[in-house]
Parts: sequence; C-alpha cells; structure tokens
Amino acid sequence: MGTFQIDFGNAGKQRVVGIDLGTTNSLVAYMDVTAPKVIPGEDGEPLVPSVVSLTGDGEIIVGNPALQALITHPDRTIYSVKRLMGRGIDDVAEELKLFPFRVAGSGESVLKLSLGEKIFSPPEISAFILRQLKRNAEAALGEEVRQAVITVPAYFNDAQRQATKDAGRIAGLEVLRLVNEPTAAALAYGLDKRRDGVVAVYDFGGGTFDISILRLQEGIFEVLATGGDTHLGGDDIDNLLLKIGLEDIESEWKQDLSGNGEAVQTLRRAVIRAKHELSTMPAVTIQFDYAGRQYRRELTRAVFEQLIQPTIERTLAPCRQCMSDAGLEPEQIDEVVLVGGSTRIPLVRASVERLFRAKPHTELNPDQVVALGAAVQAGILSGEVQDKLLLDVTPLSLGIETMGGLVSKILHRNSTIPASATEVFTTAVEGQTNVLIHVLQGEREMVKDCRSLARFDLKGIDPAPAGLARIEVRFLIDANGILNVSARDIRAGKEQSIEVKPSYGLTDDQVEAMILESIDKAQDDFQERQLREARVEADAILAAVEKARQHDAYFDLEEDDRGLITRALNELLVVYHGSDHMLVRAKIDQLNHATMKLAETMMNTAVNQALKGTKI
Amino acid sequence: MQAGRCWQCEKPAENNLFCKFCNSLQRPLTDYYTFFGLEHKLNLDNADLQRRFYQLSKLLHPDHYTRRAQRERDYSLEATAILNDGYRILRDPVKRAEYILAEQGFEGGEQRTKDVPPELLEEVFELNMALEELVSGDASVRPQLEEARGRFRRMQREVDDRLGALYTQWDETKQRESLEEVRGELNRRKYIENLITEVEKALAA
Repeated sequence: MGTFQIDFGNAGKQRVVGIDLGTTNSLVAYMDVTAPKVIPGEDGEPLVPSVVSLTGDGEIIVGNPALQALITHPDRTIYSVKRLMGRGIDDVAEELKLFPFRVAGSGESVLKLSLGEKIFSPPEISAFILRQLKRNAEAALGEEVRQAVITVPAYFNDAQRQATKDAGRIAGLEVLRLVNEPTAAALAYGLDKRRDGVVAVYDFGGGTFDISILRLQEGIFEVLATGGDTHLGGDDIDNLLLKIGLEDIESEWKQDLSGNGEAVQTLRRAVIRAKHELSTMPAVTIQFDYAGRQYRRELTRAVFEQLIQPTIERTLAPCRQCMSDAGLEPEQIDEVVLVGGSTRIPLVRASVERLFRAKPHTELNPDQVVALGAAVQAGILSGEVQDKLLLDVTPLSLGIETMGGLVSKILHRNSTIPASATEVFTTAVEGQTNVLIHVLQGEREMVKDCRSLARFDLKGIDPAPAGLARIEVRFLIDANGILNVSARDIRAGKEQSIEVKPSYGLTDDQVEAMILESIDKAQDDFQERQLREARVEADAILAAVEKARQHDAYFDLEEDDRGLITRALNELLVVYHGSDHMLVRAKIDQLNHATMKLAETMMNTAVNQALKGTKI
Repeated sequence: MQAGRCWQCEKPAENNLFCKFCNSLQRPLTDYYTFFGLEHKLNLDNADLQRRFYQLSKLLHPDHYTRRAQRERDYSLEATAILNDGYRILRDPVKRAEYILAEQGFEGGEQRTKDVPPELLEEVFELNMALEELVSGDASVRPQLEEARGRFRRMQREVDDRLGALYTQWDETKQRESLEEVRGELNRRKYIENLITEVEKALAA
C-alpha cells in the first residue's frame, strides 16, 4: 500500500508461531500454508507438560522429563505455575494450601519461588517452558523463531497478561499478540466458513475456566461478551479426589501422607489417571502403591459426578452472566464449542448441552484447539491469513479510585479493544505539583474489592492555585488487553511525565535484568544447537571417510582425488571447533563432494564382490 | 486537528483517514460521526452502523499493521481505539444523544431537579421507606415495590417515545430548543433508571 512499505516476499518474512501456554500442558503450532499444525516436542509428543525441574547438575529440564522428576524430585520441580502468574503473595494463600509451591519471598510486588537451590519469579518459570517450545519449533521448521502469539485465559487481568508478555520477552520471544484462549478456539474451528451466527466457547482447562460469546459475520469474529474464573479447572477436580485419597489412607494406614511431597505426587497421578478413565468407563479403581503398601479404591462414575457437580455448577453461573451481558437468550446461540481437557468429562458435556440447548462441537482435539487458533492468529498478523479478523473485548471494567475508597468506572467490561477513555485531573491544594492516580480492575464499587493495577504519579505539574491545573489522562487498553497510560498538561500543552508503580508484577527494569541474565543462553541457543547438529553430522562423515581411507578403493584413486579428499578433510577439521555452523556444513558438503568418486568405486567393488558370491 | 500534510509523502492530507496520494494511514480524527462517515443525526440505523464498523475494522485494525512502520502502527492503534469507542457510543441511543449534547456545548453530568417529573418526587420518599423495610427483612412491602417497578418501567417507555420524536425533530430542524428538550428527557430517564436499579437490587437481595 504505502510507499514506505517494502515487500520482501516470503524470504524476508519472519515466522510467527502460536503458543498455548497452559496450566497443565503447553503447545506450539504454526500456519502450514492453509491449515494450522501442532509442532511435536523432542519426544514426538504434541503436548509439552507445563512442568519445570532443576536437575542436580543445575540444568533446567522441561516437559515430560520434568514430569518424571515431579515424582522423584518434587522439591526441585514446579507445575501449574500459570496459577501464580501476575499475582501477589496475598492472592495465592489458597493455592499454596493445595499446591507444593515453595514461596521464596515476595518483594514489593512480585512473588518468588524456590526451585532446588535457585529462585525464580513465575514469569521466569514460564519462560523456561516457552524456550522449550521455541526450541521445538526451531528444530521442526529449521529456522530461528523470534515472534509469537501467546494465548491467555480470557478472564486474565492486566497483571496476569503483563506477566505472560514478560515471560515471552525473557524467553527471547517478541510477543506480537496475546489472544484469549476461547477466541483462539473459535478461530481454529473456522466456523465462519459455514455460516454467520452466534457461537459460545466453553473453555474448561487445567486451571482456568472461560466463557466467550462471539458473533461471526463476514470473516469477523466479534466477541460480544466474556466471563470466567481464573481459578477453576481440572486441578480442582484432582484436588477433590486427592483429598478423599489422603483421608482414606490416613484412616486405613494410620499415616498422614499430606506432608510427603513424593507420596502426594504419586497419589495425584493415580487420581488423575482414574479421572481420565472415568470419561470412558463406568467405574475405575484408584491404585496407589507406596513404601510397600497398597491403597485401592473403587470409584463409579455416578459417585464421581456427584463429587464434581458443585465444581461444574461454578462454571454455569459465568455462562448465564455472559449470555445476559451479550443480551442473548440460549435459543439465540447457534453453535457451542468445547475447549480444554476437562470438557472430556461426560457430565461437563451434558451440562453445557443442557444450558445452551445445542449439541457442542468436539471435532477438534480439545487439548490442541487453542494452539491451532493461536497459529491462525499468528497467520493473520504475518499476513498469511487474510480473510479473518478477531475483535476481542476486555473482560474486566477499568476504574480509578475516587474519594471515600470508591471506584469510578471509566471503561466497562466487554468493551471492544483497543478501547480508550480520557479523564481530566486537577490539583486539590495550591502549589501541588503531583497527582496520584490509582487504577483498578474489577466490577465492584469499593477499592478494596477490586484488583489494584497500578499507581500513576503525574509529576512536575506547574505550581498554581488549587483546581487550576488541567491534566488530561488517556487510558488505552491495547489489542492485548494491556493498559497504557499517557497524560497531557492541557494548559501548558505538553506531554506530562508519569511514573508507574505496578501493584503486582515485574517492573520494566526487572524484566530487562532477567532478559540480560538469560540472554546468553536464549540468543545463543539456536546457534549452539545448529552447531551441535552440524558437528554430529561432521562426526558421522569423518568416521566414514576415515574408514574408507583404509579401503583398497582409496589407493586405487588418482593422486589428485586423494589430495582433494585430504584437503577437504583437514578443512572440515579446522572449522569443526569454530562457532559457525554454516561453515561446518559447507565443509561437510565439500568433503561429501570430494569423496564422491571414492564412494562410487567402493560401491562398485561391493557390488562386484556380491555378484561373485552369488550363484548364477 | 487541523487539516495538515501527510506525515509520509507530505502532500495535503485533507483530513482523510488514508493519504490519497501514498495511501498511508493518517493520524485519526476524533469526531465519531465524521470518523464513521455519518451526518450528525440522533437517529441512526444500527445495521448500517455495524456494517461501517466491520468495514473500518478491516481497514484499520492493528492486526494488519504489524509489519508496518512504527508510526502507522501507532496510528492504527489510535484509530481502532477511536473506532471502537465511537461504535460503543453511537450504537446506544442514549450515549449517542449525550455525545451530541456535549458536542453542542451542553454541560453534562449534573442532576437537575427541574427535569424530574413532579409526581415522581412525591413518590420517592415513600419508595425509600419501602426499600428500607424490605432490606430490614419486611417482605410485605414486596408487592408494593414490584408495582412501583412496573410503573417506573412504563414511565421509562413514555420517555423513550418522547425521545424518539425529539430525535427526529432535531435531525430535521437542528434547532437548539429540541436539544434542550432532549437533555431534559435524558435526565428524567436517568433518574427513573436509577430508581429501577435500586428497586431491582432490593428485590433480588
């Protein structure tokens, strides 16, 4: 379009991947020409468990190997860290009762966890998972990956979103967009191709619950309303079963295992297995073997359903609220989409079907659909996908503190983002040079019932009589759902400086420091791996050539050809210990080329010998 | 903002969203009606408004500017925020009217008792007593409150009917007196709405 824009063609285009950073599992996907595809990890599995472990050697391991470590070294392993993203120490008291997080302390605003002998913030732990996904994508795509779309629960607040973005930066990824998980799922389903209509996305994952209602029209996915609970998920069901198991064991064995990390993790695995099996079977046995003793418990689906009924009920209230916010009745919902592993539970499906009076879509794997949608959004941003556009909303109202501890709403929830609001502030006493603005998120009227986002200090106001200063403050929620604030002194007609103190989460400086800390690894990661792979290849050819040089065929070669081989061999050995993988590969090619004649001769000899030995 | 020159090619920008010479996105205008390409009218066709909203979203959304110059990215964010803010205001008949009132220099915000229907003022005292009784656990006032709610809703519909007529009147004549009346009805409407909210809150508790 514009003259400024230069079309680099495909070669210049950066790849953007889509990442589902889940509570239980994480995935990375990309747009493969026309359809999104999930990229499997090193072990070939598409799901990378969101588990991080620190080995005795001080090495970080992520995913399935870390899942093993969760049993053997629970004190050196962290899972479900998403529950702690963007939260303060006071928020997580409940979580700490049920999850073996080891809080290492809380600075002014950010929670820290200990992992073995090291200490990390939740975004740093998440960054380890992201870095693993980045590596998986780079290995599969054969190119460096630096840009990503990451999904977040629709109901995530500003601090939780910011923490996710920080995690991306620490992992060496430019987060081009945060996309809400249910909206991503709607994109993945491509329901717009079928017809225009209204879709409800019910997303019940490992740790969070989201509901979104969208209108699809002409390729536009307009979110009408969203709601949810950032602390409601399959984990809660596991905890119900875990509690029963621990109580049973205590009365049967006369032993309280709840303080024993290893035993609790083993039992947790056992109840999760039972939960999964109950989705297809009418009854299962929870099996737990520990320290030579056995615990067995029959669990029928009927008993299980009775147990989880209240948990599922907790998802239905936000659904009803969401319909009312969208101004719709259940009959007006055309399609329902199920997302998240917990929607495999038959009672969940039945409850959703009853509420929306529509048979839910389950065609796409509920564990993968969010990542696939993230890849579609990545395609929209990179220009590969052109016929779709997502218009999302902010899940929570934005307000500012006014007199008497009240919150005055300046942007209501379910406003399409980007959205902005402007407020004019003034001074209360003569000569006042700064004004403090307290920004909150939430639906309640009192400051104490809302979530504090940040305090903005408008500084350097020209001294004047009270009420004369006029500072216009613009609150802008961007397409990621993150708040940006700017201010202007109307009388002086100049930009007003603002100092931001986030209530929860890392300051920019802290994030920068973490990036610096990890930058050597993050940046060299790709290069190093390429080099390692090139060296493995070089090892193979060097060994083969070494062996071939003992062969008769080598001595049958022309002097010149032998010289070529020796030279190529030496040159490869020279670059082998350098740091340039491209150079290593070039020399491998050169050696391959130089030994072509030798290989041919050897092949002929082999064939001849084989023929000799064959009876005709 | 005043008509300036395109930031990119420096030819006259003439207040268009896109420069007609080089097609780069310009710093957006902030008047919602102009932004949507609409005349300043109190009556709007919501289906047409939605069509314009979708069309402009496709043109302006930040998703389509990730690979552009920083300046265009900023303008795209700015323009889309204005678009979304504008859509939120213009599709709501009450907010739309408040927007026009502010634009025409009417001071907004303050509750003026002279706009409140006199018959309502008499009733409010009685209503407050009933509300208090219900909150303190006396369920016998429930039917009285339900009846009041019904009455308020009827009054609100009457206000809406009068507003509809006034909207058309202003659209045709653009006379300040019509807006003056619109403001009165809007204040009445807000007052009644607050009463309904309070009654509903008490009934739901």
